[in-house]
Amino acid sequence: MRASGIAHKYGDHVDTDAIIAARYLNTTDPDELAGHCMQDIDAEFVSRVSPGDFIVAGRNFGCGSSREHAPIAIKAAGVSAVIAANFARIFYRNALNIGLPIIECPEAAERINAGDKLTVDTEAGTIDDHTTGESFSFAPLTGIAAELVAAGGLVELTRAKLADRAQE
Amino acid sequence: MTITEKLLARAAGADEVKPGDYVNCRLDLVLANDITAPIAIQEFRKLGAERVFDPERIALVCDHSTPNKDINSAEQTRMVRDFAREQGITHYYEADGGGIEHIILPDKGLVISGDVVIGADSHTCTYGALGAFSTGVGSTDAAAAMALGECWFRVPESIRVTLTVELRQWVSAKDVILHLIGQIGVDGARYQSLEFTGPAIADISMAGRFTICNMAIEAGAKNGVVAPDEQTMQWMDGRTDREPVALASDDDAVYAREVEIDLSALEPQVSFPHLPENTRGISEVGDITIDQAVIGACTNGRLEDLREAADIIRGRHVAAGVRCIIIPGSHEIHLQATREGLVETFLEAGCLVSTPTCGPCLGGHMGVLAAGERAIATTNRNFVGRMGHPESEVYLASPAVTAASAVAGRICSPEDL
Repeated sequence: MRASGIAHKYGDHVDTDAIIAARYLNTTDPDELAGHCMQDIDAEFVSRVSPGDFIVAGRNFGCGSSREHAPIAIKAAGVSAVIAANFARIFYRNALNIGLPIIECPEAAERINAGDKLTVDTEAGTIDDHTTGESFSFAPLTGIAAELVAAGGLVELTRAKLADRAQE
Repeated sequence: MTITEKLLARAAGADEVKPGDYVNCRLDLVLANDITAPIAIQEFRKLGAERVFDPERIALVCDHSTPNKDINSAEQTRMVRDFAREQGITHYYEADGGGIEHIILPDKGLVISGDVVIGADSHTCTYGALGAFSTGVGSTDAAAAMALGECWFRVPESIRVTLTVELRQWVSAKDVILHLIGQIGVDGARYQSLEFTGPAIADISMAGRFTICNMAIEAGAKNGVVAPDEQTMQWMDGRTDREPVALASDDDAVYAREVEIDLSALEPQVSFPHLPENTRGISEVGDITIDQAVIGACTNGRLEDLREAADIIRGRHVAAGVRCIIIPGSHEIHLQATREGLVETFLEAGCLVSTPTCGPCLGGHMGVLAAGERAIATTNRNFVGRMGHPESEVYLASPAVTAASAVAGRICSPEDL
């Protein structure tokens, strides 16, 4: 995947209550969820974000609850990838499962500023910051993580497994 | 191998595993609730699956927004109820015999020592207290698991937390885990297993062990675990027809980190807004007035917790202007608390007693906060907006401290009453 957009910058420990508050969990509709993305810590996010943009954050992004509504809201808001120093484990897994690209790159997380124009290439493993002129590289996903991304998500991967089983 | 490695190896049919390995494990139970099951059911359909892998190994518990707090929640609950009926899933709990998922599943013997369990709820790590491998996942993982009956894991490294000596009066399991999170941070155990051991474990009840493992996720852990002992076996007796499997870490097991906590040096802890790691000892809290106190949740909603709160509240009265909300963790616990006179004690003292629900813990219902309000709670998270308005504050504490604070109108220890 290759995408370009603006960076929306956050700090450490952005939790899933901040990404999508529990009062909005009585719906499964992605567009409704997108409308409340990051609301409690950044009320302007939904009006500021454009398709292709990036969330850039510090350590432990997505900590707290296992709610899949969190990566769903981010993806439906048009974010093309989340770049963070590192990720909380349930969020990381959920993002891969639903096809939201996530990139672990501590250097990029620190150096990129809010509003910077970025281009990200997940296959080449590069992040180009057009505003500062800096470039960063990150390790490509491997193993099951790579399999999930290649398949387009867990549903696609599992469908193939179920079909194999049916044939046995 | 550590106990976590052994639990995963056994379920993967492997002789041995080590941290970093990817394994595919047979699951003993898959859990989802009223806010995570709706997405899981939708994804299940998208998979093209028609029947769940085993209707006896799935638990669907409606507890977060129940009794249904609005039309959307009612529709979501109905979707879960209908799916349970369609699939012949007997472990569906909503009203009669229901309660908070992480309280009723062990109580009903649905998880036992040796099991590998996933749940679409981050506090699924609670069941590690039984010597099971138990971890939280998202809805899509739960959907795939409902179809396949298995799940992949990356074997975590283990952190050994050794508890020594014994707890002082008014200090409880909740204070132990709050202290640990304060020490290592909300990502101090990220992707790792928190294994609790040491001579003090024998003196910690099952309720206390559930409390400790419940908050393993708040340090970023993949799971929390306590090796089964005599107490575990006795506790499970009569709750299940299945045979528990008691595993334990080898003497030469390798740990990524060792932490020791001398319980005798521990005073009651309070986690300040807005991170669970923001802990302070009660003597350093200062003067903090509160508007609301909540005693309940999957962390501290058991009978033992209610008894502890009642012991402090009995004969006293909730401070003027404070709402003290008591939420028994299950229908059964609510009934038992009533029979023991605890409910009467709470009501006489001016507390409000609710039917089991997660309710205010996640700012859903049954005690949501307005801007500028402060609550002290036996819950497990205090992020911005967790219990209501983003400008409200949540302080985390034990049942004893929460009860004392409700009486005093400010955060304090029972010793200060």
